[in-house]
Formats: sequence, structure tokens, C-alpha cells
Amino acid sequence: MGIEQREVWITGIGLVTALGDGVEANWAALTGTAQPTPILDRDVVAPFVVHHVPEIDFSTQIPKRGDQRQMELWQRLGVYAAGLALDAASANDDEELKSAMDMIVAADGGERDIETDNNLFTGLLTAEDREALLIERLSNDLRPTLFLAQLPNLVAGNISIVHGVTGSSRTFMGEEAAGHDAIRIAHSRIAAGQSEICLVGGAFNARREDMVLLFEMDGYNWTEVETPVWQRSEAADGNGGLALGSMAAFLILEDAAHAKARGVTPVAALDAVVASRGKRTAGHVTSTLEQLWQTANVPTEGPLGVLSGATGVAGSTAEEAEFLRELDNAAQLDVRAPGHLIGHGLESEFPVCLSLAALCARDGQMYPDHGGRLTGTGEALASANAIEQVAVISIGHWRGEGLGLVRKVS
Amino acid sequence: MKDKNGFPLIAVTGMGILTALGEGRDDNWAALTQGKSGIRQITRFPTEGLRTTIGGTIDFIDVEPFTCASFTTEIARRTAAEALEQAGLAGQAEFPGPLFMAMPPIEMEWSMRAAMVDRSGAQGDASYADLYRAAKQSAPHDRELCLFGYIAETLAEEFGTQGSPVSLTTACASGATAIQLAVEAIRRGETEAALAVAADGSMYPETMIRFSLLSALSTQNVDPAKASKPFSKKRDGFVMAEGAATLVMESYERAKARGANILGIIEGCGEKADSFHRTRSNPDGKAVIAAIENALKDAGRAPHEIDYINAHGTSTPENDKMEHFVVKSIFGDHTADMPISSNKSMIGHTLTAAGAIEAVFTLMTMQHGRIPPTINYDEPDPDIDLDVVPFTARDQDVAVAMSNSFGFGGQNASLIFAREPA
Repeated sequence: MGIEQREVWITGIGLVTALGDGVEANWAALTGTAQPTPILDRDVVAPFVVHHVPEIDFSTQIPKRGDQRQMELWQRLGVYAAGLALDAASANDDEELKSAMDMIVAADGGERDIETDNNLFTGLLTAEDREALLIERLSNDLRPTLFLAQLPNLVAGNISIVHGVTGSSRTFMGEEAAGHDAIRIAHSRIAAGQSEICLVGGAFNARREDMVLLFEMDGYNWTEVETPVWQRSEAADGNGGLALGSMAAFLILEDAAHAKARGVTPVAALDAVVASRGKRTAGHVTSTLEQLWQTANVPTEGPLGVLSGATGVAGSTAEEAEFLRELDNAAQLDVRAPGHLIGHGLESEFPVCLSLAALCARDGQMYPDHGGRLTGTGEALASANAIEQVAVISIGHWRGEGLGLVRKVS
Repeated sequence: MKDKNGFPLIAVTGMGILTALGEGRDDNWAALTQGKSGIRQITRFPTEGLRTTIGGTIDFIDVEPFTCASFTTEIARRTAAEALEQAGLAGQAEFPGPLFMAMPPIEMEWSMRAAMVDRSGAQGDASYADLYRAAKQSAPHDRELCLFGYIAETLAEEFGTQGSPVSLTTACASGATAIQLAVEAIRRGETEAALAVAADGSMYPETMIRFSLLSALSTQNVDPAKASKPFSKKRDGFVMAEGAATLVMESYERAKARGANILGIIEGCGEKADSFHRTRSNPDGKAVIAAIENALKDAGRAPHEIDYINAHGTSTPENDKMEHFVVKSIFGDHTADMPISSNKSMIGHTLTAAGAIEAVFTLMTMQHGRIPPTINYDEPDPDIDLDVVPFTARDQDVAVAMSNSFGFGGQNASLIFAREPA
């Protein structure tokens, strides 16, 4: 590194998952003594199952009905979570701060008009000229505004409009890797002094027939959604699988000195974010994790929290599990993988897992494992184990490996 | 060597380009400076029923299967290969830096959905629930061709770029954003080199219909070569086009140390988001002005030092009016001495790729001392008094140049280029 690195804090989080609306609702569900009961949708995408978010009063963050109408659910979730993060960082009432604030969004896109698609599928069964039918029906049936609700960069565009964040606006795509890179670049820009404060995150709507179809093409859909991700490869075909989950997380990353000057208390410090890629040949995930672990300076001695975005897809999840079991401090790892509680959120997976990890670091301990324990780790941990640092792992379902490291700020 | 802010100076050492005008720097530059149009009737798919039937299509390249992702990947990789060749880095297993890839949103193709409808066995009515049954029989790799990450993964694999490749979009400013991200990575000292690639092969009926429904496209189908007329009175929308460009970027020190030919310097980048509307700039122009002023500040340049502007110049009524207003606001009297031309009059609007394609053309303008024209300027808009270099290229020394890119979603980006320091 050629430039002196500054300390980066997480000073605000906005979070929505199948466990609840907002950071505190999620945290209460995870830290309560009862097994959390995520919202599952078994109807819209039947016979498949996805985790879905609760009913949300979007008007608390998106007051204009006209703005809400311009967005599909995915964009609304993102703009809503971004507003929660700005509130949490005491930034929402500071127009000057927001006009200088940078923004990186990890975006999905292409939310479709399912009724129009279904009508077209029916038409295709009998059409003599399919291309003419497509042009005729799409020209007549698509809403003009739907295009804007499909464009990936319109989550950021709507955040600018609704919340006034306009310092810069960048949108990354590419499934899980988009989340890794959004956080990684926001972090490295602040650490290097290229940015003071950045709103970064993503949103995903899993209750989409077209998205479930896409994942069914290669047989990824997993219907026994309560099965912890580590155990999914034990099922009949051995391939494991994932259940998509609607979710959104936005974080405010901020130069520590900048936050101190504003009088803001951090949720946690973000000490490192690294990412990689490569063909998923056998051993790739293992060797990549070894390299990322080193680059990020993750402690290999003493207790460590691990928040894993493991998908449940057999090969990569098994390699990740084995990597953790082989670490020198495996017996002192406190591993959580919330996939069986909140589903898998693609671009949002890493921002969501990072948010949960930051809350663990803030409280100095991991939430109860709710049946998702990774065998072969944590044998030497005390029952109420104190942790200072949490590593966040995100291995994409197809490509892309990301790692973050958060730390309690004392 | 450091820039005015003490960061590593950024050199461009390789460029590749592919547009409707042709493949490669030489063919493109020749056509562009001869004022040729690459806009034509679309023949790749039936256009009956479409309001717009013309575009800047790259008809001379085909891929199998033809999808948005496979075609975008192919045009991207060809420009990357050309750029690496020029940089003297061709044939190496690894490129010594990251990839920043500007690309259009990727979706499942209608051809794939139709094949699933056929396989589903549905009778009478068909819906997604029927398609689920047929999904797993899709052709190998079909799903990968629907993933946003596919293009960058393919290029990263082929060219051996380092780390996680960033796939990005800032709508029609994406190409400029890819370059800006590369500049920032080198300035941070994370890397000494980076590959900025931008490509757009998203011309298919559904995208064209979406843009048409927003009344964004020109409907002057009768004489395609005349349809894109930036800054003209009768401009009525942009002409959609395919294209790709790659820039090999390095720290100046590294480029000199390895004896690379320096094609130009990227001096500054500026951006600023607009919070006014999803598709329109705030009429006060403040965000666009701020983006350009941020670029000037980043480059350490005063407005009068800019010799030439490669305009965003889309040929939409709104953009060209706004760009004129903004340029006059910032450059004042200097505007009269500063040519500003739009490549889009000839190649159309290459959307995601535009910022990088126009960066390449801007650097070539400086290399050759020849400014490409704005064609189709038969009836100037009386409210726009800019020197648009009408009809024919102009020989003029350009030492410092600016390229602007604006996009839906309030995206505004501006880049400043200079020659290698003496």
C-alpha cells in the first residue's frame, strides 16, 4: 500500500431481512431465546420457497407516494434501508453532509412485469410469428416507467432523489461479487483518504418468478429451507442448494476522525475487506480463503467470531467448512451462518452479513446459533464467549469470494 | 512522477475500439474523421412494429449463441486484445492489475424463455410455473449467459487480470466511471496498472421498446445516416448503438520504466449525482456543473486551459440544451474559442460503452491534432451557440481535452486528458 491507511468505522446500518424490519427487530429475533421464525413465501414461487421481508411502511423513509410508485419492491427495499442507515448515522438531517457523501450500490436489476411475461408465454404456444408477437405485446403492455424500475443504477438514482445523497453515485453488478466489491472499494477509498463518508449496500427481492427460474436452470433451488447450510450436502443428491431471500442492507462507512468530529459513535470498525475470483475447480475456495485470510490479517490465534454467508451449495460450502475446521484456532471459532434463517441475497448477501457481524462485534458476542452450528469448530469456547473481532465470509454461489473483518471499538 | 495533488500520474498505454464504423483504432479513426455515419437499418432482428428501426449495429461480428452477454463479451474482448497489443502486453498469461468492466444489465433472453415454453408441455395457458418444469433442460451455460458477472468473469479469465473484477453501471456514464475507478485504484497505490473496459451489445427489441416508451430514441428512420444530429434544431432523440472500448492504464512511472509508449495522461475525473428526476437533469444544471468543476479541480486546470470538449451530445432535445447551458456557464467567453464535437453524430449512442469509446477518440484527437466533426449539422439549433466542428474534421492542436458523460439516474461524470509531460 502506497498511501497511509486511515481507520474506517461503520457508523450506521439499515437492515431488512425475513427476520424483521430494521436493525433492532433483526437483532431481537436473533438474540432471543426462542428459535427465530423467518417469513417464508411458499405461494408466489411455488413449488419453491423463498425467505421474504415483512410488510413495511415505506412511507416512513419514502414519503412521496409518487416516488414509491416509480420503484419495484427491490428498489423500495434499498431506498428504505438506505434511509434507515442515514438515520442511524445521524446523517439524514444534514443536507450538506449528504450532498458530499459518496455512494456505492451493489445492484440486481431486471425486475419484470410477470403478468405481461405470462401472457406472452401463453401467446408463444400458438403464435405463428413469435418475433412479431413479442414486439406487439411488449410495445403495448409494458409500462413506460417499468424500465426505470429495472435499471440497476436506479436504486442509487432513487436514493439521490429521496434522500439527497449526491457526492457520487456508482452501481456495481455481478451477483455476490458486487457486494464484495462495493464494500471493498468504499472501504479502500476512505482508508486512503479519497472519501470521508460513503453509503454502501444492496437490496434483493427474492419473491420473483423470473429469478427463481434462473436459479432452477442449474438446479440451485433448495426447498427444505430450515436445513442449516452446512448440512445441505448430506441430502439425497449431495449437491446441496440455496433458498433465495429478500433482504436489504446499507451501511455508512466513515473515516474515524470524521465520525469523531461529528460526534457519532461507531457500531464497529471495519479493518479489512478483500475479494477474489477464479474458476471453481476443486480446492479453489480453500486456497482463495487461505490467501484472503492472510491478506486481511485475520487473527489465527484466540477467539474469533465468523459470520458466514455460506449458500448451502455443496462444493463451495463444504470447502469453506473444511477451511474453518483446519484453522489453528478452529476450537475458538464462533461460527454463524444465517442462510437457514434469512435465505441467500446475492448482491446483498455480503452487506447483510457484514451488518450482522458488526452488531455481534458491537455487543462483544455472537448471537445464539439456532441450530446452525458448524461441527469441528468452537469446542474450546465458553458458553458466553466474549469476542472482539468477527470475520465475514461470502463465497458466491457461482463465482466471487469476499472477506471482511470487523472489530469492536472500545 | 506525481500529479498536482501528489498522486501517481496516470498514463494510457493501450487502446482498443470497436463501433459501427469498424473494428480497431485505424478503421474507426479514418471513418470518424471523414465524417462517415455508422447508423443503418437494423437487420439482425425483424423491426416491424418498432417505432425506431435504425441503430449503430455492429453487423460484421457474429457469435453463437447470440445473446446480449455473449455479444457484449465478444466485442469487449476484441478491444481488450487490441489495447493490450498496443501496450506491448499481449500474449501474457497475467495482466498486472484489476479489471473495471462497464456493461449493460443482462437478462434472460426471450429465445431461452421461448425454448422453455416449448419444452414445458403447457397446454392452453403457460406461465412461469410451467417454465420451472423445463428449466433444468436448458443448454449448458445458458444460465451463466444470464448472470451479470458473466462478462467480467470471462474477460478476467482470458486476460488474467488481478483480484475481483468490478462489473459496473452508471447508465450512460458507465465508461467514464470504469476509467475513474481505475484512476482511483492506481492513485491509492493498490496497483500500478488497470484495465478499463466498456462494452454494450444490448440492442434487442425489448430494450428498444423500453427506450421508445420513454420517448428517448430518434424515430427518423427514413435516412438512418442523418438521424443522429446533436445540437441541431430537428434532433429528436438518440440513436442506439453497439460498441466497446478498452484502455490500458498505468502509473506513469511504471509505463516509463518499461519503455511503454505513452498515448496520453488522464489528469482528472469528476462526478456529481443529480437528485432532481430519474431521467432529467435539474434545469439549474448544478449537478452537471459540479461534475465538470470537480474534474477541473482534480486535474488542477482552469477552464480556459481546456482546448476541446468531446461532448456527451446525444442528440436528445434535453441533453444538448443542458450541455450547452452548462458549458457556457463554466467556460464563459472561452466557449467561443473551444471546439466541442459529438462522436455520437456518427456512431450513435453506445450507452454503457460511450464514456470509454469517447475517451479513446479524445486521446486520438490529441495524438493526431485533428478534431472529429459533428455531422448532420444542417440546421443548427439557434439557441445553441457552440463551435461544434460541423461536417468536416478540423486540424487543430489539442493539448488538454475534456470528455463528458451523463446518464439516467442522475449520473454525471467528466474526464480530463493531457499529453505526456515534456
